[in-house]
Amino acid sequence: MRRIKVRNLTKIFGEYPDQGLKMLRKGLSGEEIHERTGMTVGLDDVSFDVDEGEILVIMGLSGSGKSTLIRCVNRLIESTAGIVEVDGEDILQFSAEKLFELRRRKFGMVFQNFALLPNRTILDNVGFGLEIRGVAEEVRVAEARKALELVGLKGWEEAYPRQLSGGMQQRVGLARALAVDPDILLMDEAFSALDPLIRRDMQDELLDLQSRMHKTILFVTHDLDEALKLGDRIVLMKSGAVVQIGTPEEILSHPASRYVQRFVEDVDKSQVLTAGSVMGKIRAVAFETDGPRTALHKMREESFYSVFVTSRDFRVKGVVWADDCDAAIKRGDKNLAYILDTDFHKVREDAPLAELIARLAGSRIPLAVVDEKEKLLGTVVKSNVLSALAETQQGDVLPEHPGHGGEESTDGAGAADGAEATDTGGKRQKG
Amino acid sequence: MSQEFPIIGKIPLAEWIDTGLDWLTDRFALVTRAISRFVGEGVDLAVGLLTYPPPWVVILALAALAWLLAGRRVAIGSAAGLALLWNLQLWGATMETLTLVLFATTVAVAIGLPIGILGGLSGRAHRVMTPMLDFMQTMPAFVYLIPAVPFFGLGPVSAMFATVIFSMPPAIRLTTLGIRQVPAELVEAADAFGATRSQKLFKVQLPLAVPTIMAGINQTIMLALSMVVIAAMIGAGGLGGEVWRAIQRLQSGNGFEAGIAIVILAMILDRITQKIGQRRQT
Ligand SMILES: Nc1ncnc2c1ncn2[C@@H]1O[C@H](COP(=O)(O)OP(=O)(O)O)[C@@H](O)[C@H]1O
Ligand SMILES: [Mg+2]
Repeated sequence: MRRIKVRNLTKIFGEYPDQGLKMLRKGLSGEEIHERTGMTVGLDDVSFDVDEGEILVIMGLSGSGKSTLIRCVNRLIESTAGIVEVDGEDILQFSAEKLFELRRRKFGMVFQNFALLPNRTILDNVGFGLEIRGVAEEVRVAEARKALELVGLKGWEEAYPRQLSGGMQQRVGLARALAVDPDILLMDEAFSALDPLIRRDMQDELLDLQSRMHKTILFVTHDLDEALKLGDRIVLMKSGAVVQIGTPEEILSHPASRYVQRFVEDVDKSQVLTAGSVMGKIRAVAFETDGPRTALHKMREESFYSVFVTSRDFRVKGVVWADDCDAAIKRGDKNLAYILDTDFHKVREDAPLAELIARLAGSRIPLAVVDEKEKLLGTVVKSNVLSALAETQQGDVLPEHPGHGGEESTDGAGAADGAEATDTGGKRQKG
Repeated sequence: MSQEFPIIGKIPLAEWIDTGLDWLTDRFALVTRAISRFVGEGVDLAVGLLTYPPPWVVILALAALAWLLAGRRVAIGSAAGLALLWNLQLWGATMETLTLVLFATTVAVAIGLPIGILGGLSGRAHRVMTPMLDFMQTMPAFVYLIPAVPFFGLGPVSAMFATVIFSMPPAIRLTTLGIRQVPAELVEAADAFGATRSQKLFKVQLPLAVPTIMAGINQTIMLALSMVVIAAMIGAGGLGGEVWRAIQRLQSGNGFEAGIAIVILAMILDRITQKIGQRRQT
């Protein structure tokens, strides 16, 4: 379900935004507009959706318009043109009253520098949103205590913000946002001011909270690692415009432009590429009801030396090898039961590359990538992994808009086959 | 010294101001005189209340108040200071001055605070107010006394009027400053949680501005005290009156006694208001 819809959102900072808008529509760049008029294009025709329960990360360098964007969503900044809908309602038409109500009911916000009130205790800071809503004091205190406990700060109720470390202060910031039980959390560089270790803790904690609470989260960061870790999807921004929208994997394996690629180059690919993204597609399987002749025929068809055996609904049962099929035919076996090799690894689609490498190292058989019902989705051999790594790490050989690289590079490896021509030698001696 | 300005001669600024003030006096004297009587009675009543009980009762009461507002040290110091004033036989004059200062400060703050808030919230109001405040503050204090008399007559109410005008600027200025100093991100956070303008003002901006506002009130009190003394020239009485009489009779000793009394009173008021500001800050 869609919670937030943003279309063609444009923001021009300056005295005559309409004039800037015209120039922008005539095709002038933000830089040119700034040079000629001194106005700044904060957002340039931004469109995206945020779905229920997802963490959407807005990522970009400093000055790329992330803060402006997130503030247009709750109208802390008024946009110059475009549409912002929250739960199907056009919030840009809201009166001041309705806007207060919207912010009170639907949004919780967390800020880069915490923005805690120094004159209030932690408990009163956390209860701030509820106080604004006019919630009775007992309820407010109870809710605030609950929120504090949620972020692991029980016992600090009567302390003041300056007595807390940065990480703790931001927990308070998070608790303040959570205390109003918002549907949508807006987080602007919420962890950017924290040092790396604390930051990682906070990320883990956010993911943990999210797995329990299923909020819709709009998270701004300039750090790709953070974006990849937290984001279900990432909106990449540059100079106020969206460069690419996609899952972390899509962004990594198919960067839409050099700009994205430059970000991507810093990231440790093996942490992010998954079985699903590097696997080869299935070109042949033998069914468990097949005889050895049929199985061998299917292998020959694709020049494979082995093939995965599945049930009629593609649940993986094992592997059969060409040599064993030969032997079985000679013996006169009617099915594959005697030669079925069940010593293979199954991995799920989201298994990280690191795991694939570990599994492949101890085995000559391809990995079977399966879904939750054990249905075969694809296979992974060493060459899949290597080519995926090579492709994404050598940025230079990457075309500006690559096709579906995963498929291309794994073509040679075939599918249900560990025995691609290049590594036949070792593969022959089975034992 | 008095050279003629060529061709056009002197601009009749003084005449214009007189005409304007005469016009205002004609229109409003009835009202202002009524106010004067009313306020005058209020001041008399307050002075009466403070001087009716034996001084040690009042000293203890004031020390208790100081303790409550500013802690033990200030309370003890205040009691000692007031006792000295009693001993110097300046008790009545001190109470008179104290009353005038507190009345004038209350009025100055009551008017100055809302104006200061306006200046803190609206950039335009701030721009309009700044030069007016500069004017009010740099105009020599004596000058305010002159027009006060036709409006309010000789006596403490005229003194109070001049005192209010003279002492109000810091209350306004520092309230404005205090509100403008509130970090934008805190105001934004309040906005993000759906705070209305008044919620923002009362829950975020004013509480955070309190220390600065208290510093302004402290300055207002100090200015009020200095003005109340000067206002002895138009019959304000009190410690200023003692100084004024000493000047006319060339009695240095008496003059210094009254002067020291003023310093002591100033110190008491200063410490108490400063402590209130600091307390709110922590
Ligand atoms: N109030 C403002 N007035 C003028 N320019 C602004 C204002 N706020 C932001 N900008 C400009 O808009 C651009 C985007 O800013 P911002 O959204 O804060 O970027 P980010 O959060 O990605 O660092 C920057 O060039 C910034 O200077
Ligand atoms: Mg920012």
